[in-house]
Amino acid sequence: MTARTRVVVTGLGTTNPLAGDAATTWEKMLAGESGVRPIEDPRFADLAVRIAGVAAVEPTDVLDRVRARRLDRSSQFALIAATEAWHDAGLDVAQAAGELDGDRVGVAMASGIGGVQTLLSNYDAMLEKGPRRVSPLAVPMLMANAPAATISLEIGARAAVNTPVSACASGNEAIALAADQIRLGRADVVLAGGTEAAIHPLPVAAFANMMALSKNEGDPTTISRPWDTARDGFVLGEGAGALVLESLEHAQARGARIYAEVLGAGITADSHDIAQPDPQGRGGTRAIQRALADGDIDPADVAHVNAHATSTPQGDVAEALMLHATLGGHASDVVVSGTKSMTGHLLGGAGALEAVATVLALHHRLAPPTINLDNLDPQVELDIATKPRDLPLGDIVALNNSFGFGGANVAVAFGSVG
Amino acid sequence: MSTEEIRAALAEIVNEVAGVDADDVQLDKSFVEDLDVDSLSMVEVVVEAEEKFGVTIPDDQVKNLKTVGDAVSYIESARAAA
Repeated sequence: MTARTRVVVTGLGTTNPLAGDAATTWEKMLAGESGVRPIEDPRFADLAVRIAGVAAVEPTDVLDRVRARRLDRSSQFALIAATEAWHDAGLDVAQAAGELDGDRVGVAMASGIGGVQTLLSNYDAMLEKGPRRVSPLAVPMLMANAPAATISLEIGARAAVNTPVSACASGNEAIALAADQIRLGRADVVLAGGTEAAIHPLPVAAFANMMALSKNEGDPTTISRPWDTARDGFVLGEGAGALVLESLEHAQARGARIYAEVLGAGITADSHDIAQPDPQGRGGTRAIQRALADGDIDPADVAHVNAHATSTPQGDVAEALMLHATLGGHASDVVVSGTKSMTGHLLGGAGALEAVATVLALHHRLAPPTINLDNLDPQVELDIATKPRDLPLGDIVALNNSFGFGGANVAVAFGSVG
Repeated sequence: MSTEEIRAALAEIVNEVAGVDADDVQLDKSFVEDLDVDSLSMVEVVVEAEEKFGVTIPDDQVKNLKTVGDAVSYIESARAAA
């Protein structure tokens, strides 16, 4: 049997509540800044929740006007992040030189909810002005695979163009599936990630009514507080993350810069409840175990975890249990970060943005901080970085965890390079 | 409205929907071949034009509006008939 195809990360991109690109996002994370702010939109006036991680850079300020009006906001974010990652990987140059076969390039761009703002604004138009005013572009704008398809058109990707949908695990699942496509020999390059644009009164009311969102009316920058005793729900965010995954052979042949290696991934389901996580975190535990086994990883080599850590009372504790169950006595030595404390929760974009952060942490050997952790929940026995923390030299592993409604669990293990 | 006023107002709509320079939207130009307005954008242009000019342009007529001049003529006669 031949050795398994190795998969590496060669490009990164994001637009999110902290910044409109990966480098600035990383700077702001290290500075412990928050992207959470009041929602100015008057339609939110009567809602119980009026804060969110609103994108730092309006996508319509970046994209061509006509291009933007044909894309749902979620596709706008995805296109911006994907284009950054594509350029960061130098694949635009390779393509222009005729050195890239589009038939061997895929996309795995996840969405949690799809083009919900397009759907709702067209419904408003129909009620107000009649069915003739429903946009002929509504379907290609709101369909769940619109972000992936938009990227496929942009970069000329003609291998599988997938849209994993697993709620808040979607973005991380996209990375797992992208790695599989490359390992299975179905693509050499896959642009992977996730996107979401759900800061609209209806989804916000819906998440608030299911008691998932914090209704705390204090300083918006302090409300997302994973593992803190005062946490009381997540803060919604918006944006996208994108990573170029590539076979090691393909990356080396073109002399690409390699940020990290995708060592393994685990995808499981709880089969416990449609919305509540398994309180013992058994599904998540199995996902992490599978990621470690898939990558043939010794738990002792795990140095960093970018946790799902949404700032909900139950989920944050369950994730701590998972880390103890999978890493054993080593769990308390691992530097854990909860970057949603700064970005809010990007739903389908979350796992991808956090994968970008995980890869940058390995690349720079620096774990980003968790802000707003004033009083650690005594049920959580983890070493949580509250300031940027050095990671050890040598070969180290970092885990990116994501869990979603429906009982979806995804863990991806990345390995340091160089 | 004069023919030129209708053309100019239609040009603004085509610019808004498809990003075509309004000065390029002249009577002899074909929407598809000269101005690169695709079929879905054409539907948007038609709906905007209906609202702007207070006319109805049935779907089965849209395929006959090949040039800007065709559209302007249609709008003129629909307005005259109204």
